Amino acid sequence: MTRWLDPLVQLGGPVLLVVAVGLVSTTVSAANEVYFLNALVSVAIVVAIYVFVGNSGVLSFGQIAFVAVGAFAAGVMTVPLESKKGVLTTLFPLLRDHSIGNVPSLLLAAGLGGLFAFVVGLPLMRLSGLAAGIATFAVLEITHNVLQQWTKIGPGATTLSLVPESTGPLQGTLGAIVVIAVAFGYQRSRLGRKLRATREDPQVASGVGIGVHLQRLWAFTLSGALAGFAGALLVHQLGSITTEQVYLELTFLTLAMLVIGGLTSLWGAVVGALAVSGLDSFLSQSEQGVHVLGFKLDLPSGAHLAVLAAIMALVLILRPSGITGGRELRLPRAWRRS
Amino acid sequence: MILAALDFQTFSDAIGLGAIYALMAVGIGLVFGVLRLVNFAYGQLIMAGAYTLAYTSSWPTWASIATCFAVVVALSLTMDLVVFRPLRGQSPAVMLVTTFAIAFLLQSIALIVDIRDGTLGQVTAALTFLNEPVKIFGGDVRKITLVAIAIAVGALLVLALLLAKTTIGLHTRAAAQDFRTARLLGVRANRVIAFAVVLSGLLAATVALMMTVTLPLVTPDFALRDTIVVLVGVVVGGIDRLWTATLGGFTIGFASGVINGLLPTDKTVYLPSAVFTLVIIVLLLRPAGLFAWGRHAAGERV
Repeated sequence: MTRWLDPLVQLGGPVLLVVAVGLVSTTVSAANEVYFLNALVSVAIVVAIYVFVGNSGVLSFGQIAFVAVGAFAAGVMTVPLESKKGVLTTLFPLLRDHSIGNVPSLLLAAGLGGLFAFVVGLPLMRLSGLAAGIATFAVLEITHNVLQQWTKIGPGATTLSLVPESTGPLQGTLGAIVVIAVAFGYQRSRLGRKLRATREDPQVASGVGIGVHLQRLWAFTLSGALAGFAGALLVHQLGSITTEQVYLELTFLTLAMLVIGGLTSLWGAVVGALAVSGLDSFLSQSEQGVHVLGFKLDLPSGAHLAVLAAIMALVLILRPSGITGGRELRLPRAWRRS
Repeated sequence: MILAALDFQTFSDAIGLGAIYALMAVGIGLVFGVLRLVNFAYGQLIMAGAYTLAYTSSWPTWASIATCFAVVVALSLTMDLVVFRPLRGQSPAVMLVTTFAIAFLLQSIALIVDIRDGTLGQVTAALTFLNEPVKIFGGDVRKITLVAIAIAVGALLVLALLLAKTTIGLHTRAAAQDFRTARLLGVRANRVIAFAVVLSGLLAATVALMMTVTLPLVTPDFALRDTIVVLVGVVVGGIDRLWTATLGGFTIGFASGVINGLLPTDKTVYLPSAVFTLVIIVLLLRPAGLFAWGRHAAGERV
């Protein structure tokens, strides 16, 4: 019975959680909706990172570069034509004179993210450990630098605005579910299992005939495509974006979400993203004063970042394997036996 | 042509920056050696030192500097006790991300305590004379550059002596080589780690002192960018050994100094891309580090 029940729970748990967040977001005021949409987009980004980092065990600081590429590709291509000619005058004619719809922009972002990740991963996947961390960080730096300076492909150092805000509760929820489903399908596939074997022991894995570099490359490419897709969700949620928003801070925050949730499981990625963005939203609300259990919680301004960082550090110190312990969701033992 | 444009001042400034980065590299490399932990929060130790100097700027110079050293070393030891110790033996990813969180925490605390009341920004006013130039070989060199180089060389010599000649230094080197075997042979883990942590704190305070002379405006992200650059340099140089890490730190500091001095501002917009492309190429050719030869370079550490 558990043969079909376990995978169902492993996929169903994260999906239900995301659907619940999506449903709640439709009941709250427009001012609060943004927190829930943020959480959904964070889930998409963190799961995209998880596909590579979680399954391979190789640390990468570069996945936000693919989020950035996806965000700017989808953003630039969906600014309505009539306003585009006025604000984005320096673009290549092909980019300046054409605009695409919402769904094609999501697909374009995923395609570009995957292509970029494949090209970058081809040489980089030979590295491991700290060298891999620094090399992928270099990719982030280069991407940020080029996006910020090259005004033929984007707005450069200025803000990209007038992007249609199509990531509402529906698109946010569906987008997060798509990313989760792809990640789940991958980790249960033949390729995913091979990669997880290399994570546990690279020498033995290559001894039984698994091409370590090749498996890492597939995961890196898939992760890049999902990250690009998540970037498109992000830009359609924000409506305007700068290169600084998809750079160091987002890299550290999303990696922290993944590690806090539990690096080695899909469930951990989803729980970590929702827990940290929920806490972040709650604490930033507290700076305006919120009522909790009859008490009025009122943080001094600027304190919410300190509290967030302290709680993140505390969770990691007390529970280094993350909230979920890096395990997938399972039903309690008593239920499974029946 | 390039060498002709490289005037003496640019050259000496680059060496000065390289010296400061080399000290940071040693501070990061020492802790990595014994704990296998990349301390991303190292820059925040320097930031804390800089804030201490800023808040005590009305005190006598010696008292201000002594307080800076005391605060930074105390913070470094606290970090070890509260953060590093519970995480010993965890995966590198967990340790690194925890130090992100600590860096983030210290930075947001700085943001809260940072009250601009006119006293900040005038750090170590007694030392600003160090920014004045002196003439050497017909070129202008700022005094702080000479001081930085002298202090760096001195500190590295003292460190080398400590590591080579004292028992605790021998223990530290043994622990960096193979921690478990060293413990089996009677090396006391906590003492060795405390030794490395105190040394790296002393180095951070020294760096804070030198940096605030050239950059008196202290902000919460003080030394953050430098730490990232040094971390890159350390890994590119070879983090497995202290001297390759140090050399990596010096090289990246010297290189950024030279390139920044040589290129006009409008040409430097794609400079980060060029530098990081070079970093990738070096890492691909020599994953164990540019300066790591022999045994260490051969085996891939997974």
